[in-house]
Amino acid sequence: MAEIRVENAVKTFGKVVAVDDVSLTVHDQEFVVLLGPSGCGKTTLLRAIAGLGMVDSGRVMIGDRDVTYLPPKDRNISMVFQSYAIFPHMKVYENIAFGLKMKRASKEEITQRVKAASELLHIEDFLDRYPSQLSGGQRQRVAVARAIAVRSQVLLMDEPLSNLDALLRLEMRAELKRLLAEINATTIYVTHDQIEALSMGDRIAVMKTGRILQFDSPTKVYDMPADQFVGGFIGTPPMNFLQGQVRRENGAVQVYIGDFGLKPIPEMEPLLRSYDGEVIVVGIRAENMEALSQPAEDALPVMVLVVEPLGSQNLLTIKIGDDVIKVSTHPDFTVAPDQNIWIRFPSEKIRWIDRRSGKTLIPNLEELMA
Amino acid sequence: MTTVEERQALPQPTRARVLDPAQRRALRQMKLRRAGTYALAIGIAIWILLPIWLIGTMAFSPSDQVYAYPKPVVPVPFSTETMQFFLEYEGIMAATQNSIVVALVTLALSTVIAVPAGYAISRYIFPGRDAFRLGVLAVRAFPIVILAVPLAVTFIQWGMYDEVYTVALMHTALTLPTTILVVSSVFASVPREFEEAARIFGCTPVQAFMRVVLPLVLPGIAAAAIFTFVMSWNEVFAATLLTIRNRTLPALILYTLNKSSIQFQYAGGFFMLVPSLVFIFFIRRYLFNMWGQITK
Repeated sequence: MAEIRVENAVKTFGKVVAVDDVSLTVHDQEFVVLLGPSGCGKTTLLRAIAGLGMVDSGRVMIGDRDVTYLPPKDRNISMVFQSYAIFPHMKVYENIAFGLKMKRASKEEITQRVKAASELLHIEDFLDRYPSQLSGGQRQRVAVARAIAVRSQVLLMDEPLSNLDALLRLEMRAELKRLLAEINATTIYVTHDQIEALSMGDRIAVMKTGRILQFDSPTKVYDMPADQFVGGFIGTPPMNFLQGQVRRENGAVQVYIGDFGLKPIPEMEPLLRSYDGEVIVVGIRAENMEALSQPAEDALPVMVLVVEPLGSQNLLTIKIGDDVIKVSTHPDFTVAPDQNIWIRFPSEKIRWIDRRSGKTLIPNLEELMA
Repeated sequence: MTTVEERQALPQPTRARVLDPAQRRALRQMKLRRAGTYALAIGIAIWILLPIWLIGTMAFSPSDQVYAYPKPVVPVPFSTETMQFFLEYEGIMAATQNSIVVALVTLALSTVIAVPAGYAISRYIFPGRDAFRLGVLAVRAFPIVILAVPLAVTFIQWGMYDEVYTVALMHTALTLPTTILVVSSVFASVPREFEEAARIFGCTPVQAFMRVVLPLVLPGIAAAAIFTFVMSWNEVFAATLLTIRNRTLPALILYTLNKSSIQFQYAGGFFMLVPSLVFIFFIRRYLFNMWGQITK
């Protein structure tokens, strides 16, 4: 059992607060991704868990042990570094065996585990080589093999795929996911690549300026971002944001984009009522809008600025009022720039965001049940 | 690059040669510039190599050849007579021994001090780091003349004057800046992640240093040590000031310079030159690293 628990961790570098009172619990054998732009504190948090940089205050628990002030070697963890950090003066075999040797494992055990780890990563033919004789992708595999050979219950990964080229990264992503499911370690994976996060993690912790903004499953993070930053950071293209005017008419709430009224789902109405007469941010993903070439009563007429055929979809850039948004359509939807089309907004896919706080309005379920 | 050029040249092989006057002028200027660069490089090389060549040939020519003109390109007839005379000259062997002792003590002291210092500079950001670095370099900023006289006085007061070890102390002070600079650049070429990875996989910081960092920096530190040796071997001013009877080789040669024959000077020059040339040849890669040309 190796649950990782971080409680109220704070870490500052001079005046910069890198990790700002973060609490996080990673369940046993869970795969959690720390996702955020560079400088958001994700690596600092990972290093605090690894013991490579101590927190200023707070607590780090691994399993039932308080490891806050233990050196890395006593934490029973292993790690894959962004630069791989495989030792250039040791052969691949010795690199993979390094952790086991330090733990004074028996000769037979070392041989057996190095063999197993190298076979898992398909590098069993390179054991006799030096790292300088390997390609980038092979070195990456050595780094992963070295990390899993020690069979610690906690595996930390710091942007392990970011030094690979795009094609190799795609391949390694799937392979790593399969591998990590196989070894049953509690894994924390740091990345700034949102696609990596969405495709690999059991849960994603989205970070910004030292704080965790949202900690949910990939589907939830994508579909129901907790705030405007998360919506804008995750997804290609990112979530669209429009300015809407909330108006109450005859007891019903409507949000107007220009003259076009959007009708929220009934669960949202009580929340939106308090915004009567105010501006609210309407968030919607490109693939959740429906583009029509013919006018319809429940569709907003818009003008197309740019058409980008991407093969699997046509990405349209559209101007609505002062906002520019992206709409993805079926590749068969033919349209030219400067042409008029009509957009339908499915109300269950719209996210309503408070303009000042940037937080997504989430209906209070208990209140609805009552 | 060549393949691209070839491919472009293939469809119209003849037309590619027709240049308009502006292009021709530009091409000529480019060639001129390149010729200028080469000329400068060759000039600098000759400036340095010519004296070395002269000393080398003269040291191995019969003594009457020294006055001959034009000088032969290679020492023909070859003769070790001059060298032999130099080496058998009174005091030369003792001075050589002094020089070696001074250089070895300097090497040892300087390495023992420079390795931790270089490591600290390359790895840690600590209060006073910049001041320390500046302080280290400041030793070199003062002319040795200014440092040496008060030092000589102090050494006399302390009863340490005219000792081989005193010269070694002085040389240590003089070589430390360069040695620390080289050693810290050697450490900087070993990514910090190596140590971190070692610690993750079960090492204490000391074990991480011994098992991972040390094997990687050892050649570089050896290079720095050799460079220190060469600097000490060549140093003449402080050695002259601080010794009278126990002279090092350069100090002795300088002392006897105006009293000795020109053949003797050539032989002495050659004898001084050889260790430096040989050592520098082997460690040149690390000396280039000093200026930050470290590649992964």
